[in-house]
Amino acid sequence: MISANTKNNKLFESPHAERMEHRMKEKLVMIGNGMAGMRTIEELIKIAPDMYDVTVFGDEPYGNYNRILLSPVLAGDKTIDDIMLNTMPWYEENNIKLHAGDGKRINEINRIARTVTSEDGTVEEYDRLLIATGSKPFIIPVPGHDKEGVIAFRDIKDVDTMLDATKNYKHATIIGGGLLGLEAANGMMQHGMKVTVVHLVDTLMERQMDTVSGKMLKNSLEDKGMDFRMEAQTAEITGNGRVDGIKFADGTSIKTDLVVMAVGIRPNMELAQKAGLHCERGIVVNDTMQTYDPKIYSVGECVQHRGDTYGLVAPLFEMAKVCANHLAQMGIGLYEGSVTSTKLKVTGIDLFSAGDFTGDEETEEMVMQDATSGLYKKLVLRNNKLIGAVLYGDTKEGAWYFQLMRSGQDISDMRDKLLFGESHLGDSGHGGDHILEMSDDTEICGCNGVCKGDILQAITTEGLFTLDEVRSHTKASASCGSCTGLVEQILESTLGSDYETPEAKPMCKCTDHSHEEVREAIRTRKLTSINDVRRSMNWKTEDGCPACRMSLNYYVQSAWHNEAQDDPQSRFINERAHANIQKDGKYSVIPRMWGGMTTPDELRAIANVAEKYEIKDVHLTGGQRIGLYGVEKEVLPEIWKDLNDAGMVSGHAYGKAMRTVKTCVGKQWCRFGTQDSTSLGIKLEELTWASWMPHKFKLAVSGCPRNCAEATIKDFGVVCVDSGYELHIGGNGGIKVRATDLLCNVKTEEEVMEYCGAFIQFYREDAHYLERTAPWVERVGLSRIEETIVNDEAKRKYYNERFLEAQKISQVDPWKERASNGVASHEYASIKVVS
Amino acid sequence: MSNWIEVGQLEEIPQQGSRVVKTNDFNIAVFRTVNDEVFAVKDACPHKQGQLSQGIVHGKKVTCPLHNWTISLESGEALGPDEGCTNVFMAKVEDGLVSIDLA
Repeated sequence: MISANTKNNKLFESPHAERMEHRMKEKLVMIGNGMAGMRTIEELIKIAPDMYDVTVFGDEPYGNYNRILLSPVLAGDKTIDDIMLNTMPWYEENNIKLHAGDGKRINEINRIARTVTSEDGTVEEYDRLLIATGSKPFIIPVPGHDKEGVIAFRDIKDVDTMLDATKNYKHATIIGGGLLGLEAANGMMQHGMKVTVVHLVDTLMERQMDTVSGKMLKNSLEDKGMDFRMEAQTAEITGNGRVDGIKFADGTSIKTDLVVMAVGIRPNMELAQKAGLHCERGIVVNDTMQTYDPKIYSVGECVQHRGDTYGLVAPLFEMAKVCANHLAQMGIGLYEGSVTSTKLKVTGIDLFSAGDFTGDEETEEMVMQDATSGLYKKLVLRNNKLIGAVLYGDTKEGAWYFQLMRSGQDISDMRDKLLFGESHLGDSGHGGDHILEMSDDTEICGCNGVCKGDILQAITTEGLFTLDEVRSHTKASASCGSCTGLVEQILESTLGSDYETPEAKPMCKCTDHSHEEVREAIRTRKLTSINDVRRSMNWKTEDGCPACRMSLNYYVQSAWHNEAQDDPQSRFINERAHANIQKDGKYSVIPRMWGGMTTPDELRAIANVAEKYEIKDVHLTGGQRIGLYGVEKEVLPEIWKDLNDAGMVSGHAYGKAMRTVKTCVGKQWCRFGTQDSTSLGIKLEELTWASWMPHKFKLAVSGCPRNCAEATIKDFGVVCVDSGYELHIGGNGGIKVRATDLLCNVKTEEEVMEYCGAFIQFYREDAHYLERTAPWVERVGLSRIEETIVNDEAKRKYYNERFLEAQKISQVDPWKERASNGVASHEYASIKVVS
Repeated sequence: MSNWIEVGQLEEIPQQGSRVVKTNDFNIAVFRTVNDEVFAVKDACPHKQGQLSQGIVHGKKVTCPLHNWTISLESGEALGPDEGCTNVFMAKVEDGLVSIDLA
């Protein structure tokens, strides 16, 4: 198969291409071949592949491996090969010079000559230097700490030593009952060793757990056979050459064959100190990850940023991203510190903690405890925001709580259900299930047929850390998205503390900006086209991806309906062609039936069209209309012409747009009807038709509380009552059923129309693209919508006016434009027929 | 052996868009990128034969409207985790006239 393009046209080559060729590439040298550093290099290669010649120094004779999965290697659940992130050939393929192994530890940085020198005398020059030397375990300097058989738990070498010990010895002691210590203890126990954990205070993992959950954890581990020496201070490690026991400060002692110190880490900063870089508890960096020498960057566990040091992977990856952006001279990102969460990777024990879980006088607590079932949950709130959480026994809501903490969302509207977790997870048949109890062949993503085992495998073998990465490797949750919560749970349970929940999720891979940031810029900088946005906000790709193109096209038009031009090529085919594409490439046609009413003339016209064009299927839709299915694209304009002639217009059944207003017959006919629901439905449809939305939008009007039009599962529903009208919002009957929230009661039809216009416009300007009203209401909170639409008359009138103004431009029948006025004729005809 | 046919003027294809050439056996989608390069591939996604001509064109790629597979316009191959390939035809623009090679 050969492909070709128009190479003869020089005009369209990138303007930067020539300049890049002639410029000498700058030299980037990295010290430390670990996760944070290599993540920076990978990010850099992604966004600026040709900018630097990259050289990497590492003192372990391996490529870059996933250090956080060392515990499963120790426990025998994984092998070293399983956890490699960048293999040796990877460096070659990416033209990275790797100096790895003995003698390759850097012992001098010369900042004047801009060179680094390793122990074996290898010298490399740099234009930019990246220090990612990580940290080393802290060894308590008690007498005997240097005896054979006293080790830390940090790298592959330590794991090997521990595995060797399991073959020849019986009793291991772990000093340090923190996260790493307990994982090491669990690993040794898996190999049949007798394990004792020595801890200085009376609560295990006291930095992550309160006393109640710490006690529960200790009980579970004791049940598994682990021994504990709590509140015990190590005084001496005894033995003749090799360790044979530990003496404590209180005079007692135990026998042991191996001592693993897991009492914390210390940043590796001696090299930086020697080079005269400012260091405190770590190498001090600014928000762009630069040290006091701006040519020298630093990321990872060796740095101190705004007074904090970090020992988990997620913050390191955030640093890596910012650092890579800055190295690529796309200086838009700042690292502003991280909130971290912890999850213990010990089989059979579910424990999650995040943020500030101790609290103070200004915080409040929600606690649930059920000792029999082994469940414990504590949430800490400040000013109606979640600031900390400890979960024991059932951690499936951990990801959700963590997201709430990081987004700083006001939780006052969900106080009553906060503690019980969220109906936030995928609902496709296994909504409330616990991910750990599912077998590997359980289908997680019903759209793309991806099983739990596929996702697990991809996470470990491909080294994935984010939802986006799982999506692009496995397609899980990449279609309808209803299983997103489950995929996040799998990520979290596999990676534990190191699962990266993005703080403010970027719109897509083309940018680091969130939906909110982009919309804010569109408003304040008056950006009226997709290109304006991309230029103004430094988009990383030349012409975006389908996700951002569709979002941006919507956002510029919703903010600037008078000035922004629609870009049809950035719309999904259905909206571009004004018909719904079917699986065989044919289309459907659904004309509007105002308020669900029709006439003999309309029915006759539809019947005529169905016969004339040999329509295969005629179907009654769920929105009280008639659909014609199996139409060739070429004949769409002809069919529309016939329907237009009978007075019918597009039903927008194909768009992220107002779809239908469903009604019952109301007091015109029904003996229970309290108001004229049908006429009100028609009026609402006349008000709202042809309006584009973040997602599809449905209305209904029921004539009495029996609610035959199902108004309480619509985006905007009206239930007529004797005294007037109840207005309901945020309902949904789709993937996940959600009943509406009652917004307010009003007395007149005019008020219904005004509230409806205002609500729609607020939703249109506030929700993310592809966010339906139901998740939007849950995200922003009902009270915010009440404040805007119900309590503030001026705002209500403002939004309603904006809606009416936009509708003046928008309410043109797209079918008529194409059937009679020649708009977009190229869309419906082939360019050439060859016979 | 080559079999070049003239398709039409470059302007007849929208930028970041596509038009269809019908042949007796199958349809060919002719694409025009944002930089006015042209590509031609068989108008059938390797996944479930979705019409690639109806997809969104970004870079030198098109995303199928049916299930979001992304296909390289240069190689005809599916990108990312998906695997499959659709036929690619040579395409060129000379003096604003688009031609493709049916051979």
